[in-house]
Amino acid sequence: MLNLYTRRRIINAFNLSISVLAMLVGLFWLCWILLTLLDHGLPALKSTVFTQMTPPPGSAGGLLNAIAGSLMMTLVGTLIGTPIGILAGTYLAEFGQRGWLAPVTRFINDVLLSAPSIVIGLFVYEIYVVRMKHFSGWAGAFALSILVIPVVIRTTENMLRLIPNTLREAAAALGAPQWKIISFVTLRAARAGIITGVLLAVARISGETAPLLFTALNNQFWNSNMDQPMANLPVVIFQFAMSPYEDWQRLAWAGALLITFSVLTLNIVARVLFRQSATTH
Amino acid sequence: MFTHEAHLKRQAVLDLLFRSLTRVIAFGVLALLAAIIVSLLVGSLPAIHAFGLGFLFSSDWDPVNDKFGALIPIIGTLVTSGIALLIAIPVSFGIAVFLTELSPRILRRPLGVAIELLAGIPSIIYGMWGLFIFAPLFADYFEPWINKHWGSMPYIGQFFSGPPMGIGMLTAGVILAIMVIPFIASVMRDVFDVVPPLLKESAYGLGATTWEVVWNVVLPYTRIGVVGGIMLGLGRALGETMAVTFVIGNAHELSKSLLMPGNSISSALANEFTEAVGDLYTSSLIELGLILFFITFIVLSLARFMLFKLGKREGQTA
Repeated sequence: MLNLYTRRRIINAFNLSISVLAMLVGLFWLCWILLTLLDHGLPALKSTVFTQMTPPPGSAGGLLNAIAGSLMMTLVGTLIGTPIGILAGTYLAEFGQRGWLAPVTRFINDVLLSAPSIVIGLFVYEIYVVRMKHFSGWAGAFALSILVIPVVIRTTENMLRLIPNTLREAAAALGAPQWKIISFVTLRAARAGIITGVLLAVARISGETAPLLFTALNNQFWNSNMDQPMANLPVVIFQFAMSPYEDWQRLAWAGALLITFSVLTLNIVARVLFRQSATTH
Repeated sequence: MFTHEAHLKRQAVLDLLFRSLTRVIAFGVLALLAAIIVSLLVGSLPAIHAFGLGFLFSSDWDPVNDKFGALIPIIGTLVTSGIALLIAIPVSFGIAVFLTELSPRILRRPLGVAIELLAGIPSIIYGMWGLFIFAPLFADYFEPWINKHWGSMPYIGQFFSGPPMGIGMLTAGVILAIMVIPFIASVMRDVFDVVPPLLKESAYGLGATTWEVVWNVVLPYTRIGVVGGIMLGLGRALGETMAVTFVIGNAHELSKSLLMPGNSISSALANEFTEAVGDLYTSSLIELGLILFFITFIVLSLARFMLFKLGKREGQTA
């Protein structure tokens, strides 16, 4: 029979080593997935990936139209979502002290932040694709912008709240009207944080597949008309990876490598940027 | 004098405009949610008319005869998310404890970022990796083992019998677990960080071990926040589409075994929606989406409510 003291120490050591193990498990998955991507993606990543269109099965080709489509829809989605998100976030942080609207919006926004993205796809399908009677790049961009909004609202509000009130008071004492205080003082002071939020939002939507399935659909050919079905990397990866053709699967790996590393780079850039702004404040 | 007053007046009007603009846009976010719910409701009306409440309990899925029921996808969604939580909760707890109590200060940030990067990997990558790398290994090593050792046990054996195919509900659950670990772990880490150092130091002063401090001081103090984080992870797992679609097998069959292919709401949508012919088929799929949105909405609301309550208590004690 061990005495109480030894038993407590053993329990402590055992449970803490399990905790270290859990950390290692987490890192293990990350490394495994990244190494797999490098292993399968790098050999497939030839220059033709960037210069040729998606091929029919059995012939050579690249991902040019998918990459271009993804870039266009991500850009438009961000351009639509960002101003809306910043304005709504400004309301929550600057005018939201009284009344019911701000707390309710904050709550709903938090729910939208993790709402299933496939339902957003369904929504855009119902209100846009059905009316227009065809799939289109615009529909895809709208779906993505709905995903951008909650992320930007959240970070804008949080960043504006970090701005000390003395800054607002100083501007007010100089006689600046409120709209000038907010747009030229507080929003400018919170700029780095807000850019971080936008970058995180871009990172999130550039890997999203589910909302594009029923909105942008896919397109085997080059298309720069947003009113037509549009190729995009995630859906092409989905289609090619699920196919039985080996050259399609190889292209899917190349696309997967491209997407993952651009998303992770965006994530890291956003963090570095935020950290720099936090230290200079 | 006159121009000065005019100037002031103009600024007051601009102020009002600016405030109204932000207010209208904030209101737009509420309207967006309402629009999502209404449009899904309208889209699913034909299915609601045709099947009524029975839709929820019917396991039919027969596009040829226009008979649809949501039971199989609902069960698939709940079971895979349940498996994911069973695995993810202890692992995330371990990670959070490591990051807040054990890790050397220099490693704390990079390790935290590494775990958050796991959340940044797009879900389609998890799906591909799951299908091509994880599922074959799972079928070769883990499933035969669990078949042999657990498959013949009374009661629980039926959940682990069947051929080791690699794709199925269990695989989907494991991959979902990897995906939600970063979400749960980072919420847990954040709420563990708010425990006043005074409380922990008092416990250490009484001679408690690190584990006892975590289990008896930190965890009770942050219980609501921890549950909120778990609910947040659950919300993610329920709505996750692409990773599940790759590995769940997409079979509209009800089987007791977790090793058999199944279907989830989101993967049914992803696979069938663009190919659905006929109003009733499309409308049934939209109703599935409505059900999914409804479930996640409740789970996420509960999560936010709990985290909010923890934050409030925080404000009182501080």
